[in-house]
Amino acid sequence: MTKSPKNALKEPRTFEEIRRSRNRVLALSLAGFVILVFFISIAKMG
Amino acid sequence: MTPTNSIPPSRAAAAPAPADWRDLFALTKPRVMSLVIFTGLCGMLAAPVGIHPVLGFTAILCIAMGAGGAAALNQWWEADLDAGMKRTANRPLPQGRLDRTTARDFAGVLCAASVFLMGFAISWLAAAILAISIVYYAVVYTIWLKPRTPQNIVIGGGAGAFPPLIGWIAATGHITPMPVVLFAIIFFWTPPHFWALALFVKTDYAKVGIPMMPVVAGERATRRQILIYAILLLPLSALPWWLPGDEHAGAIYGVCALLLSGVFLALSIRVGLRTRTGDDDAMKPEKQLFAYSVLYLFALFAALVVDRYIPL
Repeated sequence: MTKSPKNALKEPRTFEEIRRSRNRVLALSLAGFVILVFFISIAKMG
Repeated sequence: MTPTNSIPPSRAAAAPAPADWRDLFALTKPRVMSLVIFTGLCGMLAAPVGIHPVLGFTAILCIAMGAGGAAALNQWWEADLDAGMKRTANRPLPQGRLDRTTARDFAGVLCAASVFLMGFAISWLAAAILAISIVYYAVVYTIWLKPRTPQNIVIGGGAGAFPPLIGWIAATGHITPMPVVLFAIIFFWTPPHFWALALFVKTDYAKVGIPMMPVVAGERATRRQILIYAILLLPLSALPWWLPGDEHAGAIYGVCALLLSGVFLALSIRVGLRTRTGDDDAMKPEKQLFAYSVLYLFALFAALVVDRYIPL
């Protein structure tokens, strides 16, 4: 039987996929933090 | 072709699976966090002085991170209990999708980062109250009260009452009667909200030995206490309208508070005076009260903000 797209999403993800997506979220969080600190500094100076 | 950075199959099989960010996010109890963020934001917006948008965003981010970190600590501590309850058995730790050390470290980093960011960017008073709220939830409620007394949610409910207080302090820099009243509203709202849930998941709590009110004191006593707290909540919710001084709420809030609390009381009377028809009872009034209690808090705090910006 062909798997529906919904079922395909539930396939267990590989080690690599999990690590890559977690690294991406971590990178985005760190970039967000740097940008936040920059704007906090501007706001505090104003 | 195999990507150069991929782990050889033999090593991948031996290494523990890395924590998925979705599971880490689930540790923060996002649904509970949404209510925390909302009440914190309303506390901030209801304050009589404005706050720079960037600093306001930072304060809310800190409240969310603190709440998420405390929730993760709660799940780390209660992983074994969660595994025994139907409602919580699908969480990442009982399911084995995360290891406990990762959960503990993640929670610790979130809590510490939230307090220090709040302190450096907003105010150390707000940071201190945030730290107290985290310790209150993770230690006083989760570790000390919850497994020991049926009053756990009454005293522990204070943990969820801190966000509007923190939001207010972030904006004004000090504590006045209004944020204390907002704290009290959530404090008195928590027992009927939580006991309504405990009534229909009573068997889950009994199974893992948590002394929730319906398990220890019985359904009748729980229903009576729900009613008592709902009666107390009615005048308390209107108190921001009657506060002396400049910071009191206006008529929009007052009327909304009385209407919303009136419905809350009506639903609580239905639950309070009810006797179960049997084990197959669907507990519809209890489920309705629980669902309404969430809507109630959202609507009450939204009314406070609307009233602040549209004064009559």
